[in-house]
Amino acid sequence: MVVDELPDQEVDELFHALADPTRRDILRRCAAGEPSVSRLAQAYPMSFAAVQKHVAVLERVGLVTKERRGREQLVHTDAGGVGRARQALDELARTWRGRVEGMADLLAQGTNDERS
Amino acid sequence: MSITSLDTDLENLTLTLIADFDASIDRVWELWSNPRKLERWWGPPGYPATFEKHDLVPGGEATYFMTGPDGDKSRGMWRVTAIDPPASLEFTDAFADEDWTPIADMPTHEVTVRLTETDGGTRMEMRSTFDSREELDELVSLGMVEGLREAVGQMDGLLR
Repeated sequence: MVVDELPDQEVDELFHALADPTRRDILRRCAAGEPSVSRLAQAYPMSFAAVQKHVAVLERVGLVTKERRGREQLVHTDAGGVGRARQALDELARTWRGRVEGMADLLAQGTNDERS
Repeated sequence: MSITSLDTDLENLTLTLIADFDASIDRVWELWSNPRKLERWWGPPGYPATFEKHDLVPGGEATYFMTGPDGDKSRGMWRVTAIDPPASLEFTDAFADEDWTPIADMPTHEVTVRLTETDGGTRMEMRSTFDSREELDELVSLGMVEGLREAVGQMDGLLR
């Protein structure tokens, strides 16, 4: 079981974060979309501040991240590696763009050499 | 611009690229098969590559280093898994240490290159699948999060 590989304290915090039905519901909504904190707050019979506190608990254990977009704070599930994997792929794409340009340049040069 | 399409697939950690060149298939193949040509485009700008070994046969290796602006060198190596000139080449690209041994916890790429003749020249399809210890660990932990979500769903059912 993978959970065993996490330090005990992190497991405790994770389960604490998940032990609350509101937080589980928030997590589900964030997995399905990217709700803003204020939209989440409308979904529950509690104050904006209380919802914000729930989001903060989920954020602390790394289950969600907040992102400011304009006047809104969007909450999405931070599935850990996804962000970094995205970054690595984007970097690889940049590398290959450069390589293909280099290849095209060389091929063009070759043509000029042959002509001259 | 030579790139016809470029797609990243996050789930399979794969980059797929199609490029069309206005040149014969033999000339495009030579960019891979001739180490002196290869090293003129393999390294990123400012980091020219030098290939020391370039043995493009199944099971063969190519070793290279890239020299940075400060003279710093980063080493890499290919291990060729399949080759069919001038149509295809498959290899694993890995970071290497000073003895040209792949560094275990650095990412490796499985690269597949296919060349086909087209009306105007040559199409190159390149697929690079990204693999690294760290990324794998993260995918495992991602699975853990998914597993927890399922477990949470069941917990809700039980608590009702």
